[in-house]
Amino acid sequence: MLYREAGEFKTSYQADLATFPIRIELWGFWSVMAVAVLVVPFFVNDYWEQAIFLPFFVYGLAALGLNILTGYCGQLSLGTGGFMAVGAYATYKLMTSFPGLDMISITLLSGLITAGVGVFFGLPSLRIKGFYLAVATLAAQFFLIWMFNKWGWFYNYSASGQISAPERTMFGLAITGPYTHPAVTYLFCFGFLFVFAWVARNLVRGRVGRSWMAIRDMDIAAEIIGVNPLMSKLSAFAVSSFYIGMSGALYFAVWKGAAEGTEAFSITVSFNVLFMIIIGGLGSIFGSLIGAAFIVLLPVVFKNVFVGALGWPTDIATHAQIILLGGLIIGFLIAEPHGIAALWRTAKEKLRLWPFPH
Amino acid sequence: MKLTKLAIAAATALAVATPAAADLVFPLLSYRTGAYAPNGIPYADGFTDYLTLLNERDGGIGGVPIKMIECETAYNTDKGVECYEATKGDGSLVYQPLSTGVTYQLIPKATADGIPIHSMGYGRTSAANGKVFPWIFNFPATYWDGASIIVKHILDQEGGDISGKKIALVYHNSAYGKEPIRTLEVLSKKHGFELMLLPVDHPGQEQKATWLQVRKEKPDYVLMWGWGVMNQVAITEAASIRFPMDHFIGIWWSGSEADVGPAGEAAHGYKSAALHHPGTDFPLFADISRYVVDAGKAAGDGSHVGEVLYNRGVYTAMIATEAARNAQAIHGVKDITPSMMRDGFDTLKIDGARLAELGLPGFAPEINVSCADHGGPGIAAIAQWDAKAKTWALITDFVASDREVVDALIAEDSSAYAEENNITPRDCN
Repeated sequence: MLYREAGEFKTSYQADLATFPIRIELWGFWSVMAVAVLVVPFFVNDYWEQAIFLPFFVYGLAALGLNILTGYCGQLSLGTGGFMAVGAYATYKLMTSFPGLDMISITLLSGLITAGVGVFFGLPSLRIKGFYLAVATLAAQFFLIWMFNKWGWFYNYSASGQISAPERTMFGLAITGPYTHPAVTYLFCFGFLFVFAWVARNLVRGRVGRSWMAIRDMDIAAEIIGVNPLMSKLSAFAVSSFYIGMSGALYFAVWKGAAEGTEAFSITVSFNVLFMIIIGGLGSIFGSLIGAAFIVLLPVVFKNVFVGALGWPTDIATHAQIILLGGLIIGFLIAEPHGIAALWRTAKEKLRLWPFPH
Repeated sequence: MKLTKLAIAAATALAVATPAAADLVFPLLSYRTGAYAPNGIPYADGFTDYLTLLNERDGGIGGVPIKMIECETAYNTDKGVECYEATKGDGSLVYQPLSTGVTYQLIPKATADGIPIHSMGYGRTSAANGKVFPWIFNFPATYWDGASIIVKHILDQEGGDISGKKIALVYHNSAYGKEPIRTLEVLSKKHGFELMLLPVDHPGQEQKATWLQVRKEKPDYVLMWGWGVMNQVAITEAASIRFPMDHFIGIWWSGSEADVGPAGEAAHGYKSAALHHPGTDFPLFADISRYVVDAGKAAGDGSHVGEVLYNRGVYTAMIATEAARNAQAIHGVKDITPSMMRDGFDTLKIDGARLAELGLPGFAPEINVSCADHGGPGIAAIAQWDAKAKTWALITDFVASDREVVDALIAEDSSAYAEENNITPRDCN
C-alpha cells in the first residue's frame, strides 16, 4: 500500500537494470538530493557543518572506499587510517608546493597518490588472505604514520609536526582555511560524496565489480573461469585507496584545517571505518553511508540529548553514550548480522507487499 | 527511524536552549573520562570551584553572574572542536582547551570568530608573539621557557657545566610533547650536552621499551613531557629501573599527586617544573572551603582541593576572571563581548598586591601582558615530591628562562606561521 507499484512495467533492459527501478524510490532519492543541495545550504551553521555534515561526508567516502576493498573484493584491510594520512599529507605538500592549484584537482591528485601507495601495500594480497592480509595492512598503518612523523619533509619541518591547510578559494569562495562559509564546505564535500558514490555504484555493478565479487566469493574458482586475480585485487586496492585518500584530503583540508599525524590517523580510525562497514553492511553502497552515520553521528546525537536536553553531568553523559553505542552495535549485529543495509532491504521488501505478508 | 527521531529531538533541544540574559559565559572544555581523566578531573574541579566561589561570595564579576558551560572532550581533538562549535554561539568569552592538540585546531577558528584563547602554559608556544597571534595568549610561561628553566636547574645542580652530559626527553608523541624539542636542540648546542629523544605514543601505557632504553643508555637526566596516564606509568617504570628520582624532572603538566601516587615511596624526590605554589596555605582556600566545599557546591567530591592541578584550575579561572574585570574596566561596560575580553587579556596586569587582594599572596609570579608579548614573564620554579609527607613543595625560587634563546625561536616560528597563512603582524604602538 505504501509502494504504489501498479502499472510500472519496464520496456527496456536499461530501465530494468536501473539502480532505483521503483519510481517512488527514484523520486524519494532525488527529492532528498534536492533538499540537500537547495534547502540545507541556506540553514547550515558552523556547528552542523563541523559536527554533523562534514564528518558524515568524509567518513562516508572512507567507508565507501573500504567497502569496495573488504565488502566487494573480500580483502580485509586495517590500513585505512594510514591511507587517509597519505591523502592528507599529499594534499598538504601539493597545496604548499603549488599554491595556484585548485582544490578539486588537489583532492583528485591526492587520491591518485594514495591509490599508488595502496597498490604497493596491496601486493601481499596476491599471496596471503584473510586475517594474514589484515596484519600486512596493519603494517601499512603503522609504517605510514611512523614515516610521516620521521621525515620532516612531509610536514615542512615545522616545530610541532602538525600540518595546516593554507587558504584556497574556488570561484572567489574560500574552500579551506578558517574563513570558509559553512554552506561552501558543505556543498564541496557533498559534491564529492555524491559523484563518487555514483561512480562506486556503477563500478560495482559493472565488469570490474563483478570480478571483485567473484574473487571475494571463491577466488580459486574465479581464477579458473578467467578472472585475473592480480588485476582484480590490485584494482580493488587502487580504487579503494583512491577513495580513502580523497577522504583523507577532505578531512585535512576542508573539515579540520589542520591535522597531527599520530592522533588524527591512528589505528582507531582504521577500526572505526571497519566497524562502519560491518555495521552498515558489507558489499553495499547504502550500507557504507548508513554505517558512517551510525558511528559518527550517533555519539553527537546522544551527547546533545544527554547533556543538552536532559542536563546530565558531562562525564556521566559520555560514559552513558559509550555504553549505549556499544549496546546498539551488539543489538544491531544480533538482529541482522549482515548489517543495517540488509535490514533496510528486508524492510523495503516487506513494505512493498504490506499489508500483505507475501 | 530511531535516528531521525533522536536527531529531531536533539535539534529542537538545541534550538530551544536559549542562554540566560546578561551572564558572563565561561566555557570549560574538560575531560573527566578517558586516559587523561586523572589529570583532567582536579583541574576541572578547581576551575569550577573558583567560578562558583565568585558567584556565591561576590555575586559574579562586577555584579554580573558567571555562567559556566562544561563540555567533555576526552582530550580528543575532534570532540574539542565540536565543543567549541557548540558553545561559541552562547556568548563564550574565552576558551581554555587544556589540550595543545585542540588549541592548534582552534587557533585559526577562534581568530576568525573573534574569541580569545588562553592556553596557559601550553601550546602553541610561538603564540607568545602577540603581533602575529592577536587572539591567542599563553602566559605566564611557555614550553620553551619551561625547557630552558629545567636546563637552568640542571646547570645549577651540576655547578654550571653540563658539557658531555646526556639528557633524555621522554615525550608524549603529539604536538604537545614535540614542542620543547627545538629549544632543547638549541640548548644542547649551547651547553654541550647530548640530547636523547624518546617518544611515547598515546595513551602511554606501554613504556617498558622506552625505559629499558633509558636503563641501557644511562642518561644523566631525564626530562618528561607527559600527560594523563603516561605520567603515572613513566614514574612507575623509572622507579622500577631505579633511576635516581632527583634527576627525573617533568614539565609543569607532569607533576601532580595523581602522577606520583601509583609509584608510592619509590617516587620520592621526583621533580617537576611549577607555575605556582601547590597546597591550601592561602587565604583564598578558606573562602573556597566556606562558600563552596562546605556549602555542598563543590564540583567534585572536594578531595582534590589544594592539589597541584586543582590549583592550576583555580589559577586559570582567576586569570580569566581578572581579564574579564579588566575588560569591564577598560570599556566601562558590565556585559562584555569576546572582543572586549580580548582587550582585557591584552592589557592584563596582576601584581603582587592584587594577588594578595585575591587571597593568593605569593602564589605565582606577577603577570604583565602586553600587545606584543602574550607569553608573559616566562618564569617558573621547580617543585619536588616528598613521598613520606605526600606533598609537593617548591624547592627553588621563580626563575626566568634563557630569553636570548627563547625569544629568537619565538620570532622564527611565529614569522614562519605568519608567512604560511598570509598574516600581516599587527602594529603594537
